[in-house]
Amino acid sequence: MSDTERRPDPDELLARVREQEQISARGKLTIFFGFAPGVGKTYTMLEAARGEAEDQKRDVVVGIVETHGRYDTGSLLIGLELLPRRPVEHRGIQLDELDLDVALKRRPQLLLVDELAHTNAPGSRHLKRWQDVDELLGAGIDVFTTLNVQHLETLNDVVAQITGVIVRETVPDAVFDTASEVRVVDLPVDELLERLREGKVYVPQQAARAVDNFFRAGNLIALRELALRRTAERVDAQMRGYKAAHGIEESWHTGERVLVCVSPSPHSARLVRAARRMATSLHAELVGVYVETQVSLRLSTEDRERLAQNMRLVESLGGEAVVLRAEDAAVETVRYARKRNATKIVVGKPTHPRWLEVLRSSFLDDIVRKSLEIDVYVISGQSGGEAVAPAPPRPETRRALELTGGVAAVAITAVCTVIGWYGFGQEQLADVVMIYLLGVVVVSMRYGYVPSLLAAVLCVLAFDFFFIPPYYSFAVSDLRHTVTFAVMFLVAVIISHLTKRIRDQADSARGSEQRTASLYAISRELGLAPSRDLLLAAADRHLREVFGVRVAVLLPGSDGMLEGTFAEPGTLDDADKDKGVAEWVWLHQRPAGLGTDTLPSARALFMPLKGARGRVGVLALYPSPETRLGDADEQQLLDTFAGLIGSAVERTQLAEEARRAHLRAETEQLRNSLLSSVSHDLRTPLAVVTGATSALLDEHGPKDEHIRRELLQTAHEEALRLNRLVRNLLDMTRLEAGALKVHEEPQPIEEVVGAALGRMEDRLRGREVETRIPAELPLVPFDSALIEQVLINLLENATKYTPAGSPIDVAAHAQDGVLEVEVNDRGPGVSPRDAERVFEKFYRAHEGEGGGVGLGLTICRGIVAAHGGRIWVEERAGGGASFRFTLPLEGQASVRVLPAPEERESEAR
Amino acid sequence: MTESMPLVLVVEDEPQMRKFVRIALESHDYRVIEAGTAVEAIQQAVSYTPDAVVLDLGLPDMDGMDVTRRLREWSTVPILVISARGQEDSKVKALDGGADDYLTKPFGAGELMARLRVALRHAAASREAPTAVIRIGDEVVIDLVKRLVHVRGEEVHLTPIEYKLLTALVKNAGMVMTHRHLLEQVWGPGHAHQMQYLRVYMTQLRHKLEDNPARPKFLVTEPGIGYRLKADV
Repeated sequence: MSDTERRPDPDELLARVREQEQISARGKLTIFFGFAPGVGKTYTMLEAARGEAEDQKRDVVVGIVETHGRYDTGSLLIGLELLPRRPVEHRGIQLDELDLDVALKRRPQLLLVDELAHTNAPGSRHLKRWQDVDELLGAGIDVFTTLNVQHLETLNDVVAQITGVIVRETVPDAVFDTASEVRVVDLPVDELLERLREGKVYVPQQAARAVDNFFRAGNLIALRELALRRTAERVDAQMRGYKAAHGIEESWHTGERVLVCVSPSPHSARLVRAARRMATSLHAELVGVYVETQVSLRLSTEDRERLAQNMRLVESLGGEAVVLRAEDAAVETVRYARKRNATKIVVGKPTHPRWLEVLRSSFLDDIVRKSLEIDVYVISGQSGGEAVAPAPPRPETRRALELTGGVAAVAITAVCTVIGWYGFGQEQLADVVMIYLLGVVVVSMRYGYVPSLLAAVLCVLAFDFFFIPPYYSFAVSDLRHTVTFAVMFLVAVIISHLTKRIRDQADSARGSEQRTASLYAISRELGLAPSRDLLLAAADRHLREVFGVRVAVLLPGSDGMLEGTFAEPGTLDDADKDKGVAEWVWLHQRPAGLGTDTLPSARALFMPLKGARGRVGVLALYPSPETRLGDADEQQLLDTFAGLIGSAVERTQLAEEARRAHLRAETEQLRNSLLSSVSHDLRTPLAVVTGATSALLDEHGPKDEHIRRELLQTAHEEALRLNRLVRNLLDMTRLEAGALKVHEEPQPIEEVVGAALGRMEDRLRGREVETRIPAELPLVPFDSALIEQVLINLLENATKYTPAGSPIDVAAHAQDGVLEVEVNDRGPGVSPRDAERVFEKFYRAHEGEGGGVGLGLTICRGIVAAHGGRIWVEERAGGGASFRFTLPLEGQASVRVLPAPEERESEAR
Repeated sequence: MTESMPLVLVVEDEPQMRKFVRIALESHDYRVIEAGTAVEAIQQAVSYTPDAVVLDLGLPDMDGMDVTRRLREWSTVPILVISARGQEDSKVKALDGGADDYLTKPFGAGELMARLRVALRHAAASREAPTAVIRIGDEVVIDLVKRLVHVRGEEVHLTPIEYKLLTALVKNAGMVMTHRHLLEQVWGPGHAHQMQYLRVYMTQLRHKLEDNPARPKFLVTEPGIGYRLKADV
């Protein structure tokens, strides 16, 4: 039975293969990992690089390496190619940064980039150097880099606790974990301290004091342990990966999930890091959850920002950040944890005083009680690192609102007092209390929580002052009244609380209602937009209304390069720079620009537009003073919008492709009908010519001179017909290829009519040809050769489709700014049904009557249209067809033809 | 075959076409030499000094116009260019560059003979003293000495420019005159682009001389190229 064999899980195998592929396409990252500055990471890295360059003859280039003026390190640089650095001026200080573009262009096999945790100078493409490295690896370049343990994201706060030094520059653990190789550069602590004393360790001036704290033997031992342990963990993970790849039984089960409750609290970041460590050691996924309740609506801007930061932290640590919306945060958290099969919930220790829990239920208690089988980990919120941010100043508008609320509270209390005084007097206390409570309700409904609390206090005081003996004093004679006060106050507070809650719920409902409505509106409009331009205009309008941004959309053009397809005024001004960001976004399919970690100095936020089949374009959002993009809700809504726009644009692209395919099919059909028509029409005269001439060549052929001549005549006529067919085909091809050049020159129409008639002389023989061309006609700008062709085609048609000997006339007159030329015959005419179709390609009103391919009139229409005129056919009074075309007279004022008194008429032979 | 029969150089790269032209010419007793390329044509022209050249504009090695120019550097031999339809520009360039007339493919043997005859006659005429009285068909009589024009027996008054235009055409009777040639001959060099004047005067002339100016018998328009005084009517 094959079941007993321990086979690797196919899915897992596939994932490994993919990973391998990704790795092989990407460059390899080698990290020289140390526990403190001065252990010799850079030195070791350079040594290794020299080895690579010499032994394996690899193309090694130094991107950026800081020797800090140390001779032994510097000497290792000799003989290695150094990339020029990119000088950046920041606050008057000259900074040298890695020049990413030069590095990408140089494309060495191996690039050395020191200090992975470095934060780039403002104005660089990425905020952090590790992002630069990521892009280099993405381009298939191997990278050697250095890193200290305190810069690892998840260990960041542990290090801070150990050493008391907060490190701002961090690198996500994922970078460390996915590195191809980590080489530990270790040095006994005593030796490090020795080196420090000898001044061999580079210490920046400004950090000297912190460094004193840092380089204590205790600290260093702890850091060393941390570094070694972290490396061991990595090795462990590799071994597990090996086991998985080779079908070795696993002791841990997959699918574990750690859910961490994220909050706007400044301590939440620590919580998230702790959860990440827990998840890593359990090989579990991390999910960060924030539940939006009424409380969320009252969050200050700072809190919102911090919440967004904490959520981003979850994501940057490789977790999934989820925002839920519910009445009860605890219930929702547990419900979600269950839904996602989370096995552990990580919650922060409460920081509020215990008595508060009497008034409102404790989140922690609820979680613990409701979580049942799910483990709950409570982790201390306090840590040495960060201080609690001071209470944020309230925005001005809010202050104003509360001021008017306060005034209203006073006023309404006064009104209640007056009503109580005159309506009920000092005896009916119960009624007076009711009036006061009504006042509190009104205040809380109209002006919110704080004014209603103020109103509650004022009402109790006023009640005491005016209605409780001794009157006009706050003193109380009967102690029972204090109970009344207490109850009254409590009821008032509860009422304000409840009212406030209703208001909050209404606000929240309104907020989500608005979001839903705007989503509905945009999706409906995008779905209905018939063209891409209208679609982009609709998208622009909605984005502007909902987020208050100005919009530009870049879509790939026919050459595959991004083009600013839609741009509001004021956007894409700095086209090159903005386009550069857009192209980066297009290439990497990640948002960049304003408010992100990549190219944050850009003027706009650039988001990739994705469709079902892949990337579609780039959306650029330019902020304006009323831009609303701050909180997670809006970000999420924006993502949804971008998704909708992406698929809508994709839809129009697909529609366009479908239309093109249809057109191609139609063209194909047309070509086929052309081929069949042409092959027939060309073959007939060819057959006649071949037949006639072969008969003449045949020695047993006709001997009669008369018959021989007749055969020759036929062959000649058919050859001429063939010539006409080929001429029409060529003209048509030229017209369709747009190769028709119109050399317009003012000239008399008479000349061209004369030329056309002259050229048709043979075929017109035996017909009466009348011309009616007034001598005073102005010169009209046209191309004489082309208009001659039109006239010849019309005259040919007239000779072809009318009985031999029937008259033809050509006339011209000027009216309404156009010259109208007509060619009239006395043939069968063109039925109104065919009047339009005769001008269509390959259409023949009379099949196979020695006619052409059905192109003559189509060519006429093409030429006339190229002159800005129009051609049509009418039924002629008295029978026959009247083909007419117009040519615009523009410029007619120039030169006039010799005036003659009357039209000249003539008759031909 | 007498020595006096004109020698025609046929320059054409298509053998079949060359054959047709040769047969057509020889059947009319012309002597024929052939060339398939421009280089060959120039060599032949130098060694045989033909009486006329029939030149295809679409040669493989050199532009027909360049051949015309090279020949004109030392020879006044009549040149008849052959071109395909739709090459109006190159036709005009060849004519302005010194060719005497043109034929558009496909053409009949009769057409070729007529054109060649006119060209040869014109070349011969330029060496003789001009005739005093010229007749165009039966209707028009021009007295170059008295400067009088009679149409169907009646004297027609022409303006000086009209008269000049008419004499320019008469001198080259039967051959095409490009707009540029006419403008230079009538108005003088420097007026080569004032095509509208030419058209207006041409129309006036046509109205004065022709029975039906919309179906002219003598003053024929060659669209896009110029005018021709049909002498064989």
